[in-house]
Amino acid sequence: MAKAKTIAVTKLCFMTLTVLCGFLSAAAQDRIKIELNMGQERPRLAAPEFKAANGDPQTAPLNTVFNETLWNDLDNAGIFDMVAKSFYPSQQPGQPAELQAKAWGDPPPNAGVLTFGNVGVNSGKIDVQGWLYDVKNPGTPQILGKQYKEDATPDMARVIAHRFADEIIARLGSGIAGIAESQIYFVSTRTGNKEIWGMDYGGANQKQVTKLGSIALSPRISPDGSRLAFSGLTRDSWQIMMYSMDLERTVAFPRTAGDNFSPAWASDGTKIAFSSTMHSGLSEIFIADANGAGARRLSTGKGDVSPVFNPKTNGQIAWVSGRTGLPQIYVMDADGSNVQRMTDQGYAVSPAWSPNGLLLAFAWVRNYGPGVLGGSDIYLMDIASRQIIQLTHDGGRNDFPSWSPDGRHFVFQSNRTGNEQIWSVLADGTHLQQLTRQGRNSQPNWSFK
Amino acid sequence: MNKSTSKRIVVLGVLAFLMVVSGCKKKETAPPPPPPPKPVTATLSANPTSIEAGQSATLTWSTENATDVALDGNKVDPSGSQTVSPTQTTTYHLTAKGAAGTQEATAQVSVAPKATPTPTPAPTPPPVSDDQLFAQMVKDVFFDYDKADLRPDAQQALAQAAQLIKQKGWRVQIEGNCDERGSTEYNLALGERRADAAKQVLQQNGVGADALKTISYGKEKPQCTDSNEDCWQKNRRDHFSLLH
Repeated sequence: MAKAKTIAVTKLCFMTLTVLCGFLSAAAQDRIKIELNMGQERPRLAAPEFKAANGDPQTAPLNTVFNETLWNDLDNAGIFDMVAKSFYPSQQPGQPAELQAKAWGDPPPNAGVLTFGNVGVNSGKIDVQGWLYDVKNPGTPQILGKQYKEDATPDMARVIAHRFADEIIARLGSGIAGIAESQIYFVSTRTGNKEIWGMDYGGANQKQVTKLGSIALSPRISPDGSRLAFSGLTRDSWQIMMYSMDLERTVAFPRTAGDNFSPAWASDGTKIAFSSTMHSGLSEIFIADANGAGARRLSTGKGDVSPVFNPKTNGQIAWVSGRTGLPQIYVMDADGSNVQRMTDQGYAVSPAWSPNGLLLAFAWVRNYGPGVLGGSDIYLMDIASRQIIQLTHDGGRNDFPSWSPDGRHFVFQSNRTGNEQIWSVLADGTHLQQLTRQGRNSQPNWSFK
Repeated sequence: MNKSTSKRIVVLGVLAFLMVVSGCKKKETAPPPPPPPKPVTATLSANPTSIEAGQSATLTWSTENATDVALDGNKVDPSGSQTVSPTQTTTYHLTAKGAAGTQEATAQVSVAPKATPTPTPAPTPPPVSDDQLFAQMVKDVFFDYDKADLRPDAQQALAQAAQLIKQKGWRVQIEGNCDERGSTEYNLALGERRADAAKQVLQQNGVGADALKTISYGKEKPQCTDSNEDCWQKNRRDHFSLLH
């Protein structure tokens, strides 16, 4: 109830930002919505529960897992107008022969597209048949028909639902691939010290990745998902470390003098940017090959940290510098030239570049000053116009935004419940979800795909 | 050994095994041989194993299959315990005799001389270790919120510390720290600036660069974990460690 209200308020503020917040024209707001891949008309999608295909004792529980996962994936995608279940006709199809398309296409459901199917367990295997139908096109209604067979476990029921959801999203979402199989990496204290953990994008399957035993920070997964860069505290310094997801262990990465932290991958996987004190004793931005070789200095600031590549071009880097006092967001070319300051007030940190290269998300204590109790919120900046919209409004400290591969979602850390946890939200401010609850969890990083 | 020999040995071994197995089956009705006498065991322990003169310890022993058990020549029960108060370190011997032979076990109680009351404290203080002197003389310096500038009192304290560091030839690690409010990554950068600020003052006062190492812990190693200004101020600091 409270959550629904929060979402409603957030949505209201987004929709009426021009009036309430007064620093964004309606045209700019539309432009940002389009840049978020959320400007299109939303297909009206009905997704009745898949039917149990047989009476195997495993069928019902796995069908429940499948149906929950599929609904959440479609609902969270942010590109559908989901038809409320209360409008569904009483007869729900498990396969095409049972479909009465008119009952779904006419009001009250008034669906444009319908997904349906069935789930059965046979001798230890889960068998799923799923369809996607254009119910307003009785001539050739089928858009998609898929069959999946895997080991009959809840994990595999979830994986099949993710894959089927991604197929639907790819067909109906302007060609942008779904994110249902993406991963989120983050820092968790639940073992007693900070280690890197990973989870499915919806918060399921939380698993420890590193076992450093000291302090591990700033996880950044490589574009192909095979390596995880992070900063780890050794006996005498911070070093960039590399964990192989395939070998399931930390692999060699060159150590350099001084402290080295906040790594970032170029989206083609060939370069790493990071912050290092190796040159001056103060942290500056460096760029190196993906194996750590050939490090060269790009910035000469006092307290430069948190670099991130423009993933569209890899030709620019945004980062944080305290060179004028409080930290601000800057952008430079990837050779260190053409430095531009992007924010002009407050305390601005943790830039995250949108997959299409058009937007920067960052954490900002906008009204900062002695005695001012400004919360840190997540903001979006349209880089070309430098216009800004505020994404979180709920108070507390919100930090470390990271974009989903489809550019429609964010994950971020927030202490709004009292301690730091990971949350995800659609880029229009709706569908706010808490993903972690155990220990304190921070610095989320969403995989590239 | 060549191959055919080893093969022959294997064959012979298998044959012998088969004969033993079949032989056993045939002799099922024969009377069993008399059982061998069961082995004698003996254990002896002391608790505690060291005492002061005047205190006592308990000896505990146990034996199996023994008919005649003696502790230091005195006949005792097969299992039991006894309190002893030796005045000097003593080794006790347990001897257990049975049909299968004799077993011995020993236990030692070491005796320390009785502690004498400590004399009145000496007028001269004990010698101060380098670690103690370092902790007394090279103290934390504190910073304003989001600042990395040393306050005048901190500059003065560091100038004094520099003389001692030079005189002693110490190597020092300067650890920059921040309070919990800033962002994790930016706080690492800020901690580096705080550590570097102290390093500059120490160098200006003659400490060599190679005697100084800096590290930032950002907000990862707070010495105080409450969320109030008192605590935050305690955490906005450079801490100094003597490197050995």
